[in-house]
Amino acid sequence: MSTKTLPGRGDTHEQGTAGPERSADRRHSVRRGTARRRQARAAWILAAPFLALFAAFMLLPVVWSLLMSLTDTQSADLRTPLNVSFIGLDNYVRLFQDDQFFTALRNTAVFVLVALPLTLAAGLAAAVALDRGIRRFRAVFRVGFYLPVITSIVAVAVVWKTLLEPRAGLVNLVLGWFGIDGPAWLADTRFALPVMIVMAVWRNLGTVMIIMLAGLQSVPQSLMEAAELDGAGAWQRFWRVTFPLLRPALLLTAVTTGIGYLQFFDEPFVMTGGGPLDSTLSATLYAYNQFGNGNYDMASAASYVIFVLIVALTVLQFRMLRDKD
Amino acid sequence: MSTLSTLRTAHPGTDRALRRRHIRRTWGHPWLFVPLAGALLLMIAPFLWMLSGSFKPEADIRRVPPVLIPTAPTTANYGELFSTLDFTSMFANSVIVALAVTAGNLIFCSMLGYALAKLEFRGQRAVFLLVMGTLMIPGLVTFVPLYVLVANMQLTGSLLGLILPFLAGPFGVFLMRQFISTLPDELIDAARVDGCRELAIFGRIILPLTKPALATLGIITFLGSWNNFLWPLVVAQNESQYTLPVGLALASSGQSFTRFGILLAGAVVVLLPVMIVFLLFQRQFVAGIATTGLK
Repeated sequence: MSTKTLPGRGDTHEQGTAGPERSADRRHSVRRGTARRRQARAAWILAAPFLALFAAFMLLPVVWSLLMSLTDTQSADLRTPLNVSFIGLDNYVRLFQDDQFFTALRNTAVFVLVALPLTLAAGLAAAVALDRGIRRFRAVFRVGFYLPVITSIVAVAVVWKTLLEPRAGLVNLVLGWFGIDGPAWLADTRFALPVMIVMAVWRNLGTVMIIMLAGLQSVPQSLMEAAELDGAGAWQRFWRVTFPLLRPALLLTAVTTGIGYLQFFDEPFVMTGGGPLDSTLSATLYAYNQFGNGNYDMASAASYVIFVLIVALTVLQFRMLRDKD
Repeated sequence: MSTLSTLRTAHPGTDRALRRRHIRRTWGHPWLFVPLAGALLLMIAPFLWMLSGSFKPEADIRRVPPVLIPTAPTTANYGELFSTLDFTSMFANSVIVALAVTAGNLIFCSMLGYALAKLEFRGQRAVFLLVMGTLMIPGLVTFVPLYVLVANMQLTGSLLGLILPFLAGPFGVFLMRQFISTLPDELIDAARVDGCRELAIFGRIILPLTKPALATLGIITFLGSWNNFLWPLVVAQNESQYTLPVGLALASSGQSFTRFGILLAGAVVVLLPVMIVFLLFQRQFVAGIATTGLK
């Protein structure tokens, strides 16, 4: 919107700065001024299409959503969004008086705190094993570990639902071979959430693995040899040489995976609808349900709570994993 | 060969050492192969189950305990998928939406990415921080107003409503900016000295050099759009706008469990195109992910 008026405005003051100096100098700085202006104009032309879409479909909705969370939308006509009544933080107060929201927050917290470290550890272990252990067929392993990442969550949900089917599913068949009588998994309040944690680790460790594998391969061989000459064992070499070099990559994957996990939604939505007995109800699913029931204000408030949690987790991860120096 | 045989006669023990080194160089550590192969089997077991289930006749599907290999493999599930669920038009919708979204992101994100990485303009830092800041905002925050917005634009009845909100995302800007800033400045300066115009520098010099990053962004965006579920589920109003995941999800919730042969066939159809795309561009993809992750 406002971008249209901006091109070229960037450096107009430069013209004045040339002042009454010698003419060569002046010509030079004027030319540099036009070059800069040309550059700024090009930059805004390149930026304008993105920023227009971004303003319409990102910034506007973000602000609108914040306003919605502070209003009572029950009686409002959303086609004229300005005609609503502000009620301050009432929606947030109502949110935190709702036991179901706390259940959803607790489930989300358990999911993130268990699944995130497991995903990072499994991805890192797979990367190290693949880097050390496998020369031939490495591509086969890489594709196999990455396959779940590129699979549609709906397809994943459908397949796992049939895998976990108590009587005709593969999981309980295999458990039966070991004499274990498998539970009803998704219909059991004790197992539904852990199953989704396992699914999440299975689905996402491939991303961590690929980034870590690239990181491992960029560790200079000479560094490892020098450490070996200094008498460092394999374990020491990993923690003292390799791991510090992997830290930026680990931070990136921890942050992005963490953001994704805090919005944990698709699996419970498709597989359990949040049940049984709210045992897989996540914070985003709670917000979505509010949206589905027409409580747009509550949905917005809940999603802003999740947003705050995401910011908190990200800041925490930067504190924990940033380079010490 | 001759050195090997001389060594062998001189030091009988080195033969084994040499062989071990040879094995290590070509195979790596054999003892790690076993746990990794086991892990690989666990990773792909659901896919094998999906594939076998999609070819199972009704009789095998109802069998307790289940069979792993279909007794009489059949393609009936696939046939029924396309005849009764109209997977053909859903497939077409998924392709159209994914291609449009991918094209939009490649164009708009590389343009802004270049401006942020290599051009100087006032407000650069503010634009960068603003765009990057939204990376952390959960999709659900924008979901409700976006829905109202798209509904007000009367786009809920067309594919455009599925495409428009996703044409330009912040992740693409991040990826393109990261990549383009690794290109040498001298290249751009030289072009300027030669009298190349600013926009031509982007089109003729930068864009051809960013192919690896464009490939990565293209694959990520295509996969993301292909697998996108929630937005099309809510916005698509009738079956003519359903994408594959929406059709599959609705089929799985509507029908009883005994139809799972058809659902698994549907899962195969949803997966197959992205698998082909991934296998074709695997190398560029991995290289691109690595650059974003490490820089």
